Amino acid sequence: MSIINVTVANVEQVTPLVKHFTLVKEDGSLFPAFSGGSHIVVAMNINGRVHRNPYSLMGSPEETGAYHISVRKQEKSRGGSVFMHEQIKVGSKLQITYPVNLFALEKRARKNLLIAGGIGITPFMSQIEDLNRTGAAYEMHYAYRSPEHGAFSDELSAKCGDKFKCYVESDGDTLDFKALLSKQPLGTHVYVCGPHPMVVALIETARELGWPENNIHSEQFSAPPSGDAFKLKLSKSNLEIVVPSEMSMLEAIEAAGVDAPYLCRGGACGRCELEVLCTDGPLIHNDHYLTDAEKAAGKKIMPCVSRAKCDLLELNI
Amino acid sequence: MNVAFKKETFRDDYSYENSPEAIKRFPFPFPEDTYMYSVNIEPHTKGPKGSTIEFAFDIDEHYVAECEDKAKTLALDSSRYQALPHMMDAQWDFLELTMDSLSADYPKLFTLTKDGKNWTWENKPLGIKTSFVFGDKTTLAMEPFEYMSRQVQGDFVLLDQRNGTLYADAGFVTSQADWSLAFDAGMAWHEWHGPVPQVTKLGVMDRALKYLMNIQLGSPVRRLNWTMTINPRLDTSPENYPLWGGDRNKVTPDNVGDLVHLRVELQSLFRLPRSNGLFFSIRCYLISMDELSTYPRWVKRFHRVLKSLHSDLVEYKGLTKFRDMTVQWLSRFDDGKPMDIGTHPE
Repeated sequence: MSIINVTVANVEQVTPLVKHFTLVKEDGSLFPAFSGGSHIVVAMNINGRVHRNPYSLMGSPEETGAYHISVRKQEKSRGGSVFMHEQIKVGSKLQITYPVNLFALEKRARKNLLIAGGIGITPFMSQIEDLNRTGAAYEMHYAYRSPEHGAFSDELSAKCGDKFKCYVESDGDTLDFKALLSKQPLGTHVYVCGPHPMVVALIETARELGWPENNIHSEQFSAPPSGDAFKLKLSKSNLEIVVPSEMSMLEAIEAAGVDAPYLCRGGACGRCELEVLCTDGPLIHNDHYLTDAEKAAGKKIMPCVSRAKCDLLELNI
Repeated sequence: MNVAFKKETFRDDYSYENSPEAIKRFPFPFPEDTYMYSVNIEPHTKGPKGSTIEFAFDIDEHYVAECEDKAKTLALDSSRYQALPHMMDAQWDFLELTMDSLSADYPKLFTLTKDGKNWTWENKPLGIKTSFVFGDKTTLAMEPFEYMSRQVQGDFVLLDQRNGTLYADAGFVTSQADWSLAFDAGMAWHEWHGPVPQVTKLGVMDRALKYLMNIQLGSPVRRLNWTMTINPRLDTSPENYPLWGGDRNKVTPDNVGDLVHLRVELQSLFRLPRSNGLFFSIRCYLISMDELSTYPRWVKRFHRVLKSLHSDLVEYKGLTKFRDMTVQWLSRFDDGKPMDIGTHPE
């Protein structure tokens, strides 16, 4: 996997919980351009253990002198977001992957309806740059808890003009999905990013209203949940390792020195899929990639976020 | 690199031929004695010096003649270039990738100077020098994809990734092995691969699609594909079948060495930055049986591959009329002794 070495050029506290980081390349050259909705994976060395978290790129895809990410400090952090908030300062060195886009705009859409909840606004910040540049039709709807959490409201208002609408929960504003989706012209694509219940509610509303599956887009990165420790047998590598309760299977496999594929590390892209050869207990699928039927069949697993409630799980790697 | 560009033709009198150096660097695709489709994809990283995979795009002794042949084919049939309107970002991505690569890898032949969005491109072998504004198509004489496709050897397809698959939504195709851009434009992955035999049951197409959709920026990949062509003709298109289809009846035991060519495609795939599209490059290399026979390992290997080729593939690749005669011709070079695995010429 191609890696870019970066230096933190600026850190800004944008809300009580969100910090904005500006990254530049260590060798001073330009980053590659990217497409709106892309993310990078940031590698952090925390006490000798490598954490890798995905973050959406926020700036203009055209301005390749710097990349911009925002990190929300998670209450139940496994270490990554707290590390970014407390340890990363101007001048800190990090490693990132090339941009990957799992949340791309549909270029043929008649209209784009963008819906964000809280920190879910981040992928839209770059999408809006693309939409403004190409002159595509869109609306940006942004919901958040209270005024101090509306991190990017002013910037969005300036960039989107009357295409922008925000909903402040503490002011009693609510975003009525059904009303909003019902009045869209045919050929509209809807994009949603935010807390899990919000994403699910939006998708279900769109389906109920008869929206085509291909016109509904969502992005959710899950952090790997913790759980009981279990043993992994890696058949091709001929290794037996333990997955501790606070570590994902993918992290445990990597820590054992086995080169496993990955892209998003959030259960979204499917790149890290591994074949399950044998297990003596149920699999706990936490990804958004496998279909329900595939999850039920139990032949595949996404080691970046999923686990098993078992003593021994055998994977074909 | 000092390349002497040849004056030669890929039609009419077919004066195309390979120099001894070009034969030696030919991308021979058969490491083993038998052939079947597989997902034979590898990272498109810098290959050995002087090889066809040293750089992202290979410029060789046929460059100028091939660009002239492209222009002729396009002048006779404008449908060889097509681009749907939503592919404009991908077009600029393509222009940037090809200009950046060629100017970095062949600085004596190509130069690119950038002053913000004001770019100047110079192509010395073709005598082109143009200043334009990156991203503003009104500053070029034609669309950016057509502009650079005319200046790089090979055929090019730009793919849009949506609905969980890939769509062939733009293409510049003038040296194709019997497929039609006008027919395939706008199609999805499984639609344009519909006619390929044997692969559905192998599950190759599903696995390949999944792999391609995960190709990342900065990590291009490549594979080799092959077929056979009578005469060194680049434009073996369905549209022009009357011009070349009949040549397959002209093969005799006496002219196999001269007429029958192995046609190898070096296919590479790049993720594009602004459009999130994929760029598919299909670079064609032609070598006659006479030229191939200058290397005993290759001619022996090719004899075995062609002799054992599955009948569905013989039919699909259009080899039926001359395959047996060619196997017979090649057999004189095969002593029947085992060969080690690999594609090296000696």
